[in-house]
Amino acid sequence: MDMATTLKLEIVTPDAKVFSDDVEMVTLPGVEGEMGIYPNHVPLMTQIAPGEIVARKNGQDIFLAIGDGFVEITGDHVAILSDMAIRAENIDEAKAEEARRRAEARLGEKLSDEEAAAVQAALAHSLAQLKVKRRGK
Amino acid sequence: MPSTRDIRRRIRSVKNTAQITKAMQMVAAAKMRKAQQAALAGRPYAQLMNQVLAEVTHHAADFTHPLLEVREVRKRAVILVSTDKGLCGSLNANLLREAGKFDRNTTVFITAGRKAAQFVARTRRQLAAEFTYKDAPMFAEARAISKFAQDMFIQGEVDHVDILYTNFISTLSQRPEVVPFLPVGEIKGVVAGVDGTGAEVELAGGTTEFQFEPSAAAVLGGLLPHYLNFKVYQILLEAKASEQSARMVAMKSATDNANQLIKDLTLEYNKMRQANITKELLEISSAAMAMG
Repeated sequence: MDMATTLKLEIVTPDAKVFSDDVEMVTLPGVEGEMGIYPNHVPLMTQIAPGEIVARKNGQDIFLAIGDGFVEITGDHVAILSDMAIRAENIDEAKAEEARRRAEARLGEKLSDEEAAAVQAALAHSLAQLKVKRRGK
Repeated sequence: MPSTRDIRRRIRSVKNTAQITKAMQMVAAAKMRKAQQAALAGRPYAQLMNQVLAEVTHHAADFTHPLLEVREVRKRAVILVSTDKGLCGSLNANLLREAGKFDRNTTVFITAGRKAAQFVARTRRQLAAEFTYKDAPMFAEARAISKFAQDMFIQGEVDHVDILYTNFISTLSQRPEVVPFLPVGEIKGVVAGVDGTGAEVELAGGTTEFQFEPSAAAVLGGLLPHYLNFKVYQILLEAKASEQSARMVAMKSATDNANQLIKDLTLEYNKMRQANITKELLEISSAAMAMG
């Protein structure tokens, strides 16, 4: 098999294909820690946690916020499945901040387990967005 | 006997109605296309999910998970997906007739859409929760419904969950359909059939030797809720496409009826006008003759 020099990175959510491009390297928030993926990685499937994805293309870094999800990695392909994915330039910081504040306020209330889980998930999503947006500021 | 003025007034009113139904028909057509597009936009997600599912189920033999647990069915829940508004032909009537077939003592309803909630209240059935979804269904709305049903199932409040919704067969044909939701039986691919294709696809995996982190079973366990959430999302989109196409067809026939009525009334109006003119002419000429 030819050695791949780039990775085809695809990020899909239930309502859209958010990203599809050839990149040199990807950094993912795996559930067991951050993972850097280069071409010719062994085929791997794993879960990802809400956080930040960094894709390097032509030496430039592209940032995205990502929610809970899954990733399928092959030697020349990285496919990510997630409830939420949004490119840094499309993140509305004020909206994410508002969502974070709302979620944090709700955590102070008395919640059932499932409500708490939903609020935690919403909080993780907004924190992931804020982290990506505020990088380097 | 109505006067010509009455008929003219009627024609005007029917014309107004026709204009409104025509507008509703156009709006429904646009919304139906939107629901179809949303379902198509989910295709890449569906494909990837099917691929990952195929791989993990291939590698996770003897997998057990609370969502897969088959129990004796003493109590069941039905997720009933209806529309919010009427004016969509017999869609809700057909759907609710199916809903009425569930045993009222052992079935609790989880409703999505106002007509479903009204049905449960009116027929005094058991309601577990009431959800809403918008004209453009959002994934978060589907996730809330799916999560609620999963929690009920895991906590043992119900032993089986079905979804009853209106399946989109074509623009002209929609049929109520019951699909099992929990326990997850055979894991099949999910794709909304809003373009007339089948809603389920076969999974084929095992061509590449994948590693799993932490394990195939853990990945599958994490993936199951996402699979179920997505299934509900696709069903909401399909129900929405059904609703809008049913409304489009209902409004088209309403418009056609109104136009036919306008034609009939216009004919009657012309006849009556003609008769009046003839009568007046007769009166004038006979008066002239009497004078002469």
